[in-house]
Amino acid sequence: MSISLDKLLGNLPRNLQVYSQRSELLASNLANSDTPGFKAKDIDFRTVLASAGDELEMKATRSGHLGGPSSNAIKTETLYRVPVQPSLDGNTVDSQIERGEFTQNAIRYQSTLTFLNGRIQGLKLAIRGE
Amino acid sequence: MSFFKVFDIAGSAMNAQNIRLNVTASNLANAQSVGGSEETTYHARHPVFSAVMKSLQGDPEVFGVKVNQVLESDAPLDKRYQPDHPLANEEGYIFQPNVNMVDEMANMISASRAYQSNVEVISTSKQLMMATLRIGQ
Repeated sequence: MSISLDKLLGNLPRNLQVYSQRSELLASNLANSDTPGFKAKDIDFRTVLASAGDELEMKATRSGHLGGPSSNAIKTETLYRVPVQPSLDGNTVDSQIERGEFTQNAIRYQSTLTFLNGRIQGLKLAIRGE
Repeated sequence: MSFFKVFDIAGSAMNAQNIRLNVTASNLANAQSVGGSEETTYHARHPVFSAVMKSLQGDPEVFGVKVNQVLESDAPLDKRYQPDHPLANEEGYIFQPNVNMVDEMANMISASRAYQSNVEVISTSKQLMMATLRIGQ
């Protein structure tokens, strides 16, 4: 019986990638909190996760070919945030909200990491058999 | 790993906010620099930020920030009648800079808060990266 790492880790590595992409977006929102005319953006985690696995797989025409998704990057559709309190200069970044979202995103990233670590520890325990 | 881009973005923002703080300091320092004419007197300066469209790794969704230009305020200068002042013009007036102290203080606080939140973004991202590197240990 071979151990499938993909099955063991499940969705978690993909989640990590989405969280890190989201942290980029939130950082750019925060960076532009004083830029006139800048529109805050975000991604909808639910739709990204729902579309997971929709990417085109590489075609394996011979037994030696490796499958796998065609690119590592996850297609994320960015949406504009609906401003709570738009400012006169056309900027829609609310830095307090962005900070909150960034912190939340970081905590989610960290909890996903913890789960991932748990699975790896379990695997190590099984391998060692102690 | 894409957290590296976060460092670039937050770094560019820190740089821009730093320039803003510098400009505010210059405005506050020159609030009392009177002059003999409208042109030679110090005018309050304000930086204008713009989003940097081109990102380092070709991802057009993510933006840094830069200071596009530093504009001089065109608010009217205060004229004061002080004929004994060495800089006074023929009519005996000296000009005071159009620096609004209250505006500048508010600007200073806003800039330092924005700087702080970008520092926080960097340190959080660094912690996440370090935690990622420790997976499975």
